[in-house]
Amino acid sequence: MKIGIPRAFLYYKYRYLWETFFHELGCEIVLSPETNRQIVKDGINYAMDESCLSSKIYLGHVHYLIDKCDYILVPRIANFGLGEVVCTKFQAAYDVIANTFRDQNIKILNYNIDHRKKQTEFKAFMKMGKELNKRKFEIIRAYFMAKQAEKTYFQLELKKQQELLKRDSELKVLIVSHAYNIYDKFVGEPIVKYLEKLDCIIIIGEISPKQEAKQEAKEMSPTLPWTYNKELLGAIKLYQKQVDGIVLMSSFPCGPDSLVNEMIIRKVKGKPILNLVLDEQEGNAGMETRLESFVDIIKLKKDVVNEKQKES
Amino acid sequence: MKNKKKVSFPHLGNYWVAIEFLVKNALDADYIIPPPITKKTLELGSMHSPEFVCSPFKYNLGNYIEALEEGANTLMQTGGLCRLGYYGELHEQILKDLGYDFIFINLAKVSYRKPYTFFSDFKKVNPRLSISKLTNYMALMIRMVKIIDKVEGFIRENVGFEVVSGSFDKLQKEFLEALRKVKTKKEMNDVYQNYYKQFKIIKTKKPKKPLRVGIIGEYYTIMEPFSNHYIEKELAKKGMVITRTMNISNSLFLRKDKDIKTRIKGYLQYDIGATGTDTVSEALRLAKDGYDGLIHVKSFGCMPEADAMSVLQNISNDYKIPILYLSFDTQTSETGIKTRLEAFYDMIEMRKEKR
Repeated sequence: MKIGIPRAFLYYKYRYLWETFFHELGCEIVLSPETNRQIVKDGINYAMDESCLSSKIYLGHVHYLIDKCDYILVPRIANFGLGEVVCTKFQAAYDVIANTFRDQNIKILNYNIDHRKKQTEFKAFMKMGKELNKRKFEIIRAYFMAKQAEKTYFQLELKKQQELLKRDSELKVLIVSHAYNIYDKFVGEPIVKYLEKLDCIIIIGEISPKQEAKQEAKEMSPTLPWTYNKELLGAIKLYQKQVDGIVLMSSFPCGPDSLVNEMIIRKVKGKPILNLVLDEQEGNAGMETRLESFVDIIKLKKDVVNEKQKES
Repeated sequence: MKNKKKVSFPHLGNYWVAIEFLVKNALDADYIIPPPITKKTLELGSMHSPEFVCSPFKYNLGNYIEALEEGANTLMQTGGLCRLGYYGELHEQILKDLGYDFIFINLAKVSYRKPYTFFSDFKKVNPRLSISKLTNYMALMIRMVKIIDKVEGFIRENVGFEVVSGSFDKLQKEFLEALRKVKTKKEMNDVYQNYYKQFKIIKTKKPKKPLRVGIIGEYYTIMEPFSNHYIEKELAKKGMVITRTMNISNSLFLRKDKDIKTRIKGYLQYDIGATGTDTVSEALRLAKDGYDGLIHVKSFGCMPEADAMSVLQNISNDYKIPILYLSFDTQTSETGIKTRLEAFYDMIEMRKEKR
């Protein structure tokens, strides 16, 4: 049994969970390649014009997997309870894919998370296992193995990041960006690489103690509805004192980010903030200039602070 | 009364009449009707909004600023299922950063599990408000909304065929003015019955089988005529029946969840968020009813409606019904919209003749 997983969107949030789960069930995983120009092109071709770049890329990945596997995994997530919603793109993902590729014989393996309708992650994975004709016991076992793996990897990532945060001599830049943007080869990687070339240490907002981050976010912005944005907003609060600058990185025209970034710029004081909006246009020259001048600014600021400390 | 609050709420079609009714009667406060939306309103709103936020946010912000300048000191915002759910908090932040002093009642903060929070918000405006008074006037306000919607629905289906041009428009203005004066349920019902009769006797000349067009799409842009460049009026000029089910009463008070669930089968497995599902359901209803065409309306970048479009394209193919997709932002050109409507009209008319 071959399960196709589009390497885009929620993959970057749940990869350990998914990969372990299917691996434990004895399924073969077909992962679409890193985002490349062709995938972006296909995605743009299938997507509605005004969809965000990330969702266009997602369609490109799904398209790549058609005919290469038995099922394509397309989760649908509506909410994790009252006041814990996700962007409607994830809520509509299943139906958008089913309608877009209706005439191409696409077979979707789908799970649905909707806590307000009592559809939890556990229930969702049980249903998915059943669809694959696995026995109940097997599915439960695979799910808990997957959860364990997910937890272990998260802790490992967190630990690595804590080490990076301790390095005081170098410039540290916090990148606040959804997992599917910062880890994407086409969207986020060029930015990360370029900042590293400018000798910056990258702190990733997506890597944080999630519960703690969400609690912080609630205090900063009580009505913020999107769970994934809460995690990022809270991460700013948790890391802001230890970094020299903050880069907000969104894909055009991300709905939640369009509001939340504005709130961040208005509420987070004391650290320089750069707001980057990435679209499908080629050419990073403009981006590079902006990153360079941003790094110049934070360097200058850091030097000034260091001078002051030496004097006193 | 020295401390009488001056409340305001952003424009949405003609619903300000119902909101004014609630504010005046239940909250014992003055209502500041935001100045009618103009290009300036939109410019003001855009100037202080994040760049790629959906345009309703910008319109609302423009309304707030203009209302504050008119003396409003208490502003309200609702919650919602898409970006709308976060509008209020950011509006408040932006307006405070601009230096305005006001009370902000953000209904997105209301927890529906604890209806009391709803009440205590309104109590900030009128400390002597009682629960029974609020529920009583809320019920009346809902009734008024339904009346406004019912009348508008009738107008939409008939205004295209009026013999004396402008007669519906004129009577609607009178009707709304009369509605503004009512204080009790009885008065409200009288105004409704009286005017509905008058609307019915306006002379129209309807062909036996007129062209029928349905308008579907996103909440704000479909209901606020300024934001959609008055497309309903433009279409009426061509002499056709216009159906638009999306309004406040149908989406909030009369939504038939079961019907929608059955109707969308085969096209949607889940609720796709905000108005997306309603759009799909309504498109299917009108397509099956043999409408000549559909117009899909949304603000630029609206997430749930862009998702609905991928389904609409399949419906359009399956039922052979033409759909015109219109997306509005702050830069949309008036002539561009007119030309596209014109071409769409010519196309559906030709199709009708062929059949």
